[in-house]
Amino acid sequence: VQNSDVGYFENCRCVVFYEQPPPACAVRSQKRSNCEPMIARGKNASDLFPAVVKNVACKNIEVKKLVYVYLVRYAEEQQDLALLSISTFQRGLKDPNQLIRASALRVLSSIRVTIIVPIMMLAIKEAASDMSPYVRKTAAHAIPKLYSLDPEQKDCLIEVIEKLLADKTTLVAGSVVMAFEEVCPERIDLIHKNYRKLCNLLIDVEEWGQVVIINMLTRYARTQFLNPNMNEDKEEKEKKKTEATAIVKRKPYVMDPDHRLLLRNTKPLLQSRNAAVVMAVAQLYFHLAPKAEVGVIAKALVRLMRSHSEVQYVVLQNVATMSIKRRGMFEPYLKSFYIRSTDPTQIKVLKLEVLTNLANETNISTILREFQTYIKSNDKDFVAATIQAIGRCATNIGEVRDTCLNGLVQLLSNRDELVVAESVVVIKKLLQMQPEQHSDIIKHMAKLTDNIQVPMARASILWLIGEYCEHVPKIAPDVLRKMAKTFTNEEDIVKLQIINLAAKLYLTNSKQTKLLTQYVLNLAKYDQNYDIRDRARFIRQLIVPTDKSGALSKYAKKLFLALKPAPVLESPFKDRDHFQLGSLSHLLNAKAGGYQVLPDWPEAAPDPSVRNVEVKESVRAVETVTKKSKPRIGSSESESEEDDDSESESSESEEEESEEESEEETKKKKKVGNERLENTRTTDIHTHTHSERRNTHILNCDSQPNTIASVQVFDTICKPAWLYMQFLLNPPLPVSVPQTIIPSGNLKTYELLHRITGEGLSVEYCFSRQPFSPDPHMVAVKIQFTNSATSEAKSLHVEDAKLQSGMRIKEFPEIEVLPAGETISVVMGIDFCDSTQAANFQLCTHTRKFFVSIQPPVGELMMPIFMTENEFKKEQGQLMGMNEITEKLTLEEKCQGEHAVVQRVTTAANLSRVPCGSDKECRFAGKTVTSGSLVLVSVVTKEDGAAQLTVNCEKMVIGTMLVKDIHQALTQ
Amino acid sequence: MIHSLFLVNSSGDIFLEKHWKSVVSRSVCDYFFEAQERASEPENVPPVIPTPHHYLISVLRHRIYFVAVIQSEVPPLFVIEFLHRVVDTFQDYFGVCTEAAIKDNVVVVYELLEEMLDNGFPLATESNILKELIKPPTILRTVVNTITGSTNVGEQLPTGQLSVVPWRRTGVKYTNNEAYFDVVEEIDAIIDKSGSTITAEIQGVIDACVKLTGMPDLTLSFMNPRLLDDVSFHPCVRFKRWEAERILSFIPPDGNFRLLSYHVSCQNLVAIPVYVKHNITFREGSSQGRFELTLGPKQTMGKGLEAVLISSQLPRGVLNTNLNPSQGTYNFDPVTKLLSWDVGKINPQKLPSLKGSMSLQAGASKPDENPTINIQFKIQQSALSGLKVNRLDMYGEKYKPFKGIKYMTKAGKFQTKGLLRGRAWDLKN
Repeated sequence: VQNSDVGYFENCRCVVFYEQPPPACAVRSQKRSNCEPMIARGKNASDLFPAVVKNVACKNIEVKKLVYVYLVRYAEEQQDLALLSISTFQRGLKDPNQLIRASALRVLSSIRVTIIVPIMMLAIKEAASDMSPYVRKTAAHAIPKLYSLDPEQKDCLIEVIEKLLADKTTLVAGSVVMAFEEVCPERIDLIHKNYRKLCNLLIDVEEWGQVVIINMLTRYARTQFLNPNMNEDKEEKEKKKTEATAIVKRKPYVMDPDHRLLLRNTKPLLQSRNAAVVMAVAQLYFHLAPKAEVGVIAKALVRLMRSHSEVQYVVLQNVATMSIKRRGMFEPYLKSFYIRSTDPTQIKVLKLEVLTNLANETNISTILREFQTYIKSNDKDFVAATIQAIGRCATNIGEVRDTCLNGLVQLLSNRDELVVAESVVVIKKLLQMQPEQHSDIIKHMAKLTDNIQVPMARASILWLIGEYCEHVPKIAPDVLRKMAKTFTNEEDIVKLQIINLAAKLYLTNSKQTKLLTQYVLNLAKYDQNYDIRDRARFIRQLIVPTDKSGALSKYAKKLFLALKPAPVLESPFKDRDHFQLGSLSHLLNAKAGGYQVLPDWPEAAPDPSVRNVEVKESVRAVETVTKKSKPRIGSSESESEEDDDSESESSESEEEESEEESEEETKKKKKVGNERLENTRTTDIHTHTHSERRNTHILNCDSQPNTIASVQVFDTICKPAWLYMQFLLNPPLPVSVPQTIIPSGNLKTYELLHRITGEGLSVEYCFSRQPFSPDPHMVAVKIQFTNSATSEAKSLHVEDAKLQSGMRIKEFPEIEVLPAGETISVVMGIDFCDSTQAANFQLCTHTRKFFVSIQPPVGELMMPIFMTENEFKKEQGQLMGMNEITEKLTLEEKCQGEHAVVQRVTTAANLSRVPCGSDKECRFAGKTVTSGSLVLVSVVTKEDGAAQLTVNCEKMVIGTMLVKDIHQALTQ
Repeated sequence: MIHSLFLVNSSGDIFLEKHWKSVVSRSVCDYFFEAQERASEPENVPPVIPTPHHYLISVLRHRIYFVAVIQSEVPPLFVIEFLHRVVDTFQDYFGVCTEAAIKDNVVVVYELLEEMLDNGFPLATESNILKELIKPPTILRTVVNTITGSTNVGEQLPTGQLSVVPWRRTGVKYTNNEAYFDVVEEIDAIIDKSGSTITAEIQGVIDACVKLTGMPDLTLSFMNPRLLDDVSFHPCVRFKRWEAERILSFIPPDGNFRLLSYHVSCQNLVAIPVYVKHNITFREGSSQGRFELTLGPKQTMGKGLEAVLISSQLPRGVLNTNLNPSQGTYNFDPVTKLLSWDVGKINPQKLPSLKGSMSLQAGASKPDENPTINIQFKIQQSALSGLKVNRLDMYGEKYKPFKGIKYMTKAGKFQTKGLLRGRAWDLKN
């Protein structure tokens, strides 16, 4: 049964006629595996639709997945039935497991049914602010799908794209740029703010995303920066013009640092194993780099030629275009383009093209010698192409023209028709350029008519003699005489040329050839071929003066002996570089649908400050920020800015880190994180296999964070309006909705150094709640310096840290200058060893040293982790007894209600919300930063504001202190 | 991006199709068949074919055309590279990528394609992630599946896609921890008839088979990293470390993978390990020709040449050959005019030779060209460039792995031109 299509079909039928849902999963999967081959073979399995759709709600993940495949394929044809499945996906979108949320969105967005567009839109928006980067990536993937289904959603989708572009994870970057390219490639303004981030993330993005990002950034750079080869290009133009305009004020070109950033960050990708990535970088360098730097791509491109022949084909096409403009780049690799007899013809022809482009005075002799060997190949198309190539070399390099011509003349005696015909054609073209000097070759060719039998070649020779009969006045009539003799035995194409020759000779030398011409025309008059008869009649009327001859005969000479322009022998790849290299349009030399034109460099650079990501958490700005706290979706602005800082910081510190690594390698017992790992920002799920746990804890229960001088709460997160809308559309399900998992954006700032004690320098810090990328076991502390003095502060750095044993500090890089009135933020990492002990150190300027200390509230010693309800219960069950602390409390009036509780708890401690079936209970989970011990918090609310707070934590001291803090947060 | 994929076999049947967006009729392949007919050889079908509404981008592997249909601008290499990745995945899963294997495993193929692309954009192409999603078929599993009715789809949710080391699956466990590295070099050369080298290049790869528990962090260092002129890495290799110290530092994927491919430039002197002397003469007016071919080792650093295979395309005029090999077997196909001689191992004391006569077509003129000779060979336990691995260290895990490194040299595109250079054109400069 398994092997025949009929069998499959019968089996499926059975399923269709099931009245009840199939009883066992086994049946379903069997049915599934039966349907799929039908789809794969292009058979229509759509009549199974209702039966399959029924299974969409199946709990089993594998069956679910397979039903999805089927659904997506047939939904467009069976729209009504497809709608039946939608509710299942909507439920899936709220699943606590990020993978299920992602896959539900993936399928939902793949169902091409217009009626569900609003639902899709909501789902995408929701997923775009999901906590899991994987779900956000899926959201980015869904955008082009929705756009192709309903282009009217463009504006809404652009908003989502804008938001996702701000995302900091490498997982999302590639997908969202892809969405950007499909939906709104013209909105280049959306890139400004994200440009530097994209450049920095690039190396860690997955391969396919890299290609898309690099291509987009090439276009971006063409609109934003100045041409680095401006002066050279100008010089070239000027040379062509008169010298008068040569004295032009030439501004010294200075490359925008952002331009440099792009070039620097893409260069390592030339080492990628993925040919598409290498090509993308190559085209970026070709279009954007200064002339002197383009050379680096040649080596990588030559390497790609070792790859599959399809890859070679595309690479060679691009190399051919590049080699016209930047010949010097590939000259060292000349031999890599030598042709092997085993290459497919299309590759041979392209290599030949490249070799021809690379030919110059110095290497022409080697190239010509190589070409000669090619002429003897068995592959006739290739031989023809080689002869053409020799012709082109001869036109381009004057010194070898004679050699080539002689060589080609030798080829005229070749046995192969094609070789001869092609040689004659090429010789004809070459002679047309300077016929005066080559009358001897024409004479030689005239002699060849006795031997050469290839009609095409004979015809070409005859044309040549006719055209330049003035240069061979003696031979031409003789050739005509011989031809007249053999006229009747010639091929048609040759006969036509004999008539042509006769006519031209009659016009120039009628005395000698009058009779011959008459004879030829008479022969032609009775030829079997009507083309020849027609031609003869036409020519006779035109050239032989009679009484009746019309006005045309006066112009006969002009008609026949007009100066014909010499054919231009140039590369078919010339000027192809106006298409972006590496693109489909370039390959086809025709604009493909959806191709984005590569803009010309601007005359003057647009404002580079648009790419600055401003830091605006200065004390002065706080008020304005709180005032304009508009509903903002997802993470608050302060967070994202924060990230940018740490981004640039981490890239610097990485290098130091790696140096340390090598030194301490022997000491290291574990090293899970690598540079890539550190740079990515997946805060959840990833369980640390960190085995090194520090046991030295010096905890002081008395130390409470009581030195908080000024507490400022930044803009509170506002529930986006659409979330409420969604509640109206879909009644809330027992499962908690993802919006509550969004980490709170509230950040408290603490004072480190007051303006007065600091003599004008005030320093504040806050716990940014971001993972500290150089070391995941450190708490990231953002420090903000404001210089309100009148003079600038120099060389701000940390010195002489006095730390409790086990504590570590990762200092921020020294700030060289802080001008008066300016504010700057840096990030440093502190490993507090899971204790609230203060970290004491000296903050130094060029003149003074200040003793300062940073003391963390217990809530900042942890980081959020993502858990499902079941995991939470399981973990809680393991942390009972001594590890559980319960306290009863009465909620403050304003604090009643789920939302308020969540907000207060997440403000007090860096925890994430755990989904929960009951709306009376809020659960949170996190782990301590240093040792990774679990911290579980649950708040059960009862009537009249009574509540019970439970904290489960292995570290009892932390637990006790956390209870205190949360208690305080909820009651005050 | 990629709209649909059609798999076409050598007889021109579409035996599998997959659509990622709305369905494209298979009649679009007619344009492909047209181009196929125009092309003289299978590998001469242009990889990119424009049609009125679509563009077809195809690759040919294992005598199967993988034809991708796209509708708008996309870098052609992007599609080509992806299609090759698909083939590699199939090969990884089924051992071979043939029509029969694909048909036998059509469900797995379909599931793989579904996971590899989302709406035409690559989603999961790392083999470690895919294997977590869809288990490769084995005989045992097929039997179990048939009995229990279960499938190849992974039971657990794949967490690999979320990982920051997406190329490595989590929770790897082995009882024997081992890491093998094969340094394989291929030498490409064109040799003149006189024996002088026209071009010679060494291309190498390091293929690894790593079966280590947990999350090992490996470093591999070379004795002479300067030899490597141009390198390309698996994404797991930390580029900065290489730039700074010339050390390969990486968390390896689980199983087989290509760690590195490199190029040793032709500027460095390449020692050609084999020489060929051949003399093929056709006498004017006679229907007989003489054929003589001798080969021997040269600069092999004491290692023996193995699996030597000579092949040559004789001129069309040759009807048949009557040759006598001193060792091995030879074969001449009178239809394709392909001469192949399986020499085997070369004994330096007794050099192998192939001598005899050829009969030419009556009346055919003397072929004006000596045929090109292609040579294949292997040298075990030696990398021709002299590249040597210094040491391999592991961090992050406590156990002691078993480490092995193997070297091999192969002939890539190695040919001796039999062209008569005496007739070169008179070059004035």
